[in-house]
Amino acid sequence: MVLKVDKNKCLSCAGCVSICPNDALTLRNMIIEVDENKCSECAICIHFCPVGALRLTTNL
Amino acid sequence: MDEEYDIIIVGGGPAGTLTAKMCAAKGLKVLVLEKKPEIGAPKRCAEGIGHLDLLRAGYTGKERFIAQTIDGAIVYVPNGAPIELPKQPGGGYILERKVFDKFLAYDAAKAGAKIYTKAEVFDLLWSGGKIAGAKVLYNGEQKDIYSKIIIAADGVESKIPRIAGLPSRNTPRTIESGYQYEMANIDIKDPHKIHTYLGNEIAPRGYIWIFPKGSHIANVGIGINGSDGKTAKYYLDKWISSKPGIKKGSIIEENSGGIPIGGFLESMTTDNFLTIGDAAHQVNPIHGGGLAETSFSAEIAAKVIIDAIKLKDTSNKTLDRYNKLWWEKRGNNLKKTEKILHVLEKVKDSDINLAQSSFHGQDILDLTGGKTHKLIKILINNPKLATLIKYLK
Repeated sequence: MVLKVDKNKCLSCAGCVSICPNDALTLRNMIIEVDENKCSECAICIHFCPVGALRLTTNL
Repeated sequence: MDEEYDIIIVGGGPAGTLTAKMCAAKGLKVLVLEKKPEIGAPKRCAEGIGHLDLLRAGYTGKERFIAQTIDGAIVYVPNGAPIELPKQPGGGYILERKVFDKFLAYDAAKAGAKIYTKAEVFDLLWSGGKIAGAKVLYNGEQKDIYSKIIIAADGVESKIPRIAGLPSRNTPRTIESGYQYEMANIDIKDPHKIHTYLGNEIAPRGYIWIFPKGSHIANVGIGINGSDGKTAKYYLDKWISSKPGIKKGSIIEENSGGIPIGGFLESMTTDNFLTIGDAAHQVNPIHGGGLAETSFSAEIAAKVIIDAIKLKDTSNKTLDRYNKLWWEKRGNNLKKTEKILHVLEKVKDSDINLAQSSFHGQDILDLTGGKTHKLIKILINNPKLATLIKYLK
């Protein structure tokens, strides 16, 4: 599984960055970047995102 | 950007620019690095500040960043009954943060600080096992900039304190999920008061707020427990749909973000390093206000930093005075406020309604101010709440 950000929903607030227990997320140039090597697929950010812009999906 | 400064401040929000202004005014060579292309936008804030806090930040309340004057606050319990809070000395304001943050930046620059936007600090530089500067991404290039002290003031999502070795990690326990609309053409009962709505049903662990920026304009927002299963946006939209006077309005801005509600750091310093503002969780855990806290901590940080640079000793031993002064002046009470929140979040909506008649506005102020003895008194006087005392640890 990989963490995906729905850019149509994301407000670039970095709420997910602030809650990620692995520091796998970064707000860079107003876009959320996911470091797949650090992401543990714990889904804490998915629940935390104020607008529901994150989801885990199969890597296709 | 020069290669060396006395202080590098990561983040161009109020914590960063206020500290920058105070340090630069004493002749220190200060660099402020803001990763976004604009200081002050997009806001992540309901924009309220008390008069005394604004004075502490160096302003009068007559500046053009004032959107609305505020003369009080009303808290609505779940059944809708209002509790009016006692008036605060000088009242308060709803700011235009975009303009307020720019004023702080203007004043920092005027005092001699150098500021860059779209400059991201992504790592620290080390020398002999100690922090020595910042690795910066600027204009597509990576630069190494050295300084005697680095200050992490880059907000709730800051990773810099952890890179520096401080346990600043957030959990769903220490931050709320926040969401807000700025709305126009809405009905506001009293547009010179802030209105807050309590209830686990409408806002689990948090509350909904209306902070008026004009007679028919307001920030309408929510903070909730971000592990609830539904989004902050879901709860806010649901509440607005039940309020015809709000629902009829237009949305002119959307904001979101994490709101610190505790997890205070025993030590916010290490050799050549300190952290401040949201990055250091310096926010009131019950109401989520951070601007007032920053007006205190910037003053404390600047004083300690100026002395350290003068003494040519920026070791943790010297910077530790920032911890001592902050805990004494703010931290001890905020820590108590955090404990009070952990009890209040257990109170059922129906029990808040029942207890409401014996509840005064001053009680709410006392609870947000960390007065645990007031909480104990309230719990003891309400038989349904008395068992909650066990959560006060």
